[in-house]
Amino acid sequence: MRYLLRRVGHALFLLAGVSMLAFLFTSLAPGTYFDEMRLNPQIAPETVAALRAQYGVDKPLPVRYLSWLSSALHGEMGFSFAYNSSVAPLLLVRARNTLVLTITSTLLAWAIALPLGIWSAERLGRLPDRLLSWGTAILLVIPDLALALGLLVFAVRTGWFPTGGMASVDFETLSPLNRLRDLASHMILPVMALVFSSLPLLIRHVRAAVADVLNAPFLLAAVGHGIPRRTLLYRYALPAAANPLISLFGFSIGVLLSGSLLIEVVMSWPGLGPLLLESILARDLYVVIGGVLFSTLFLVGGNFLADLLLYWADPRIRTESGTR
Amino acid sequence: MKARRTIGKWLVTLAVLHGIVVCAGFFAPYDPGEQDRKSPYLPPMRLHLLDSRGNLHARPFVYSLKLRDGSYGQYEEDTAEPHPLKFFLRGSHYRLLGFLPGQTHFFAAENARIYLLGTDAYGRDQLSRLLFGGQVSLLAGLLGAGITLLIGLCIGAVAGYYRGWTDSLLMRLAELFLALPWLYLLFAIRAFLPLAVSPLKAFFLIIAVIGMVGWARPARLVRGVVLSAKERDFVRAARGFGATNAYLLRRHILPETSSVLLTQAAILIPQYVLAEMTLSFLGLGVPEPVPSWGNLLSSLQQYSVLVSYWWMYLPALAMAPFFLGYLGLAGSLQERGEAYKIETRSLGNLA
Repeated sequence: MRYLLRRVGHALFLLAGVSMLAFLFTSLAPGTYFDEMRLNPQIAPETVAALRAQYGVDKPLPVRYLSWLSSALHGEMGFSFAYNSSVAPLLLVRARNTLVLTITSTLLAWAIALPLGIWSAERLGRLPDRLLSWGTAILLVIPDLALALGLLVFAVRTGWFPTGGMASVDFETLSPLNRLRDLASHMILPVMALVFSSLPLLIRHVRAAVADVLNAPFLLAAVGHGIPRRTLLYRYALPAAANPLISLFGFSIGVLLSGSLLIEVVMSWPGLGPLLLESILARDLYVVIGGVLFSTLFLVGGNFLADLLLYWADPRIRTESGTR
Repeated sequence: MKARRTIGKWLVTLAVLHGIVVCAGFFAPYDPGEQDRKSPYLPPMRLHLLDSRGNLHARPFVYSLKLRDGSYGQYEEDTAEPHPLKFFLRGSHYRLLGFLPGQTHFFAAENARIYLLGTDAYGRDQLSRLLFGGQVSLLAGLLGAGITLLIGLCIGAVAGYYRGWTDSLLMRLAELFLALPWLYLLFAIRAFLPLAVSPLKAFFLIIAVIGMVGWARPARLVRGVVLSAKERDFVRAARGFGATNAYLLRRHILPETSSVLLTQAAILIPQYVLAEMTLSFLGLGVPEPVPSWGNLLSSLQQYSVLVSYWWMYLPALAMAPFFLGYLGLAGSLQERGEAYKIETRSLGNLA
């Protein structure tokens, strides 16, 4: 319990720190959303000045941070100048879409990487293992951007998958089942890009972790007892190799989030990525801060999940936190 | 021993690849800004050995492309006259490394223009732009990694050597930087800097941004090395002889971090090249007309280009060999580091 509380405290510290850091960076920013208005002859300078005063752009940094903090506690997270609404509802929709994408690809990537990595570790140094290593090396050297664009070119030329957006035009008129199918067909391309980009790293780590355990004396003993191969690998070797992999799981969420930012933009998936880019170009600062915070929240959440899993999987951690 | 040989192999590969990009003026047939206004979006020309009459040529040649009759933007090969590939021809002027003037190009064709990777919307040679773009992207990666390692080294050394509250403060800060997905962090910092600037300014801006983002991981690694190096016997002995902090750091402790820094460099450089590509691709980085690997691809954001001009995608594959080189180098450096660690550990046990 102490362990979990400590992790929660750590997560809160990270969120607060990142929001402060983000505000510190905003003070470096030259110009605000209202700067372009000043160039417009139809808008009086007094109007711009009034708007600046209304949104508190001119106030000193700590004051702005505190007022933003109170608005965040009210569930608003500041105000978007471009959308003329509070930031949180804007971000929530986009964050949901990003989550749909990243959760699916995380699960899929791990579902592929675990068996493949174990399979490869069992044949360490033999031909299939080396072939797979080469395969992952090739995937690893193709950058995300090239991968996403390549998939897009492929999809456009074959016309097999929808290329962009997350729903067809007639989405609203579809039955629930067909809606799900429509969503799935739109997800194929971005999920494929994300899975391919994270797969090589995962496979390599699973392979290394399991190969380490396979040499352990207790497994040799288990082999000697005549325990069937599948049980041996999945019931004996995998739990023993789980610790670094669970930490990697938290880490892989961060990798996928970074990857999805780019892939969402390339494949015009309406997630946090395109919104962030748009608001950077428009100098819509609170949306940028909100987007960055949401991404941190996901990452911290993923790490927290990994901590929970670790707590559940590793009795050593449970007993340690009990005694301390 | 084996690790050292593989390191050498990867270093040579990387040196060759970088050499090609550094000598882009020589290897590229044209100037990256030179327009052939009559042929926008020309598809890549094929190298032939057999001509249309079935004769075998010793020297590879290309056919120039002409508009298909009655079409717009559809090209076909003009098989009337083959244009053989000639090496070391004189062509447009360039300056190697920015100061060595030259006019000889590795290859070109006489009396015809040759586009092995096609042309872009303005009729500029994609191959030349790819080679010159590599200069921008790779330099950004190298300088960015240099800045990151410098920051990481300073912060890690200070944190590890002086410990106490400086250490905890700096390491908390590093945790914050690690808590952000790095592409988001890159975007966030870029967001708060001016957007519309000249290419040169944009280039340095990007290097600074990229360099600032990644310091946390090298700093933590350096701190770890410094922590252990500080307690080694020869360092204690030197302190006992009255060595100052600055001397100890410079002479005994920082040299210990070189292997960590080298490995980190091999990991960071390709990552930072990719960061430059991403920013430029999205229009937040080096702007036109200066080519970079990122903005070469940015035309692919238009659906029409994606559908009709697939060869605009080819530059995306150009960085794969570079990434492979750096990946291999990082791998063998890590291997060497581990072998070294095992060696020293067993030596320690003996003693």
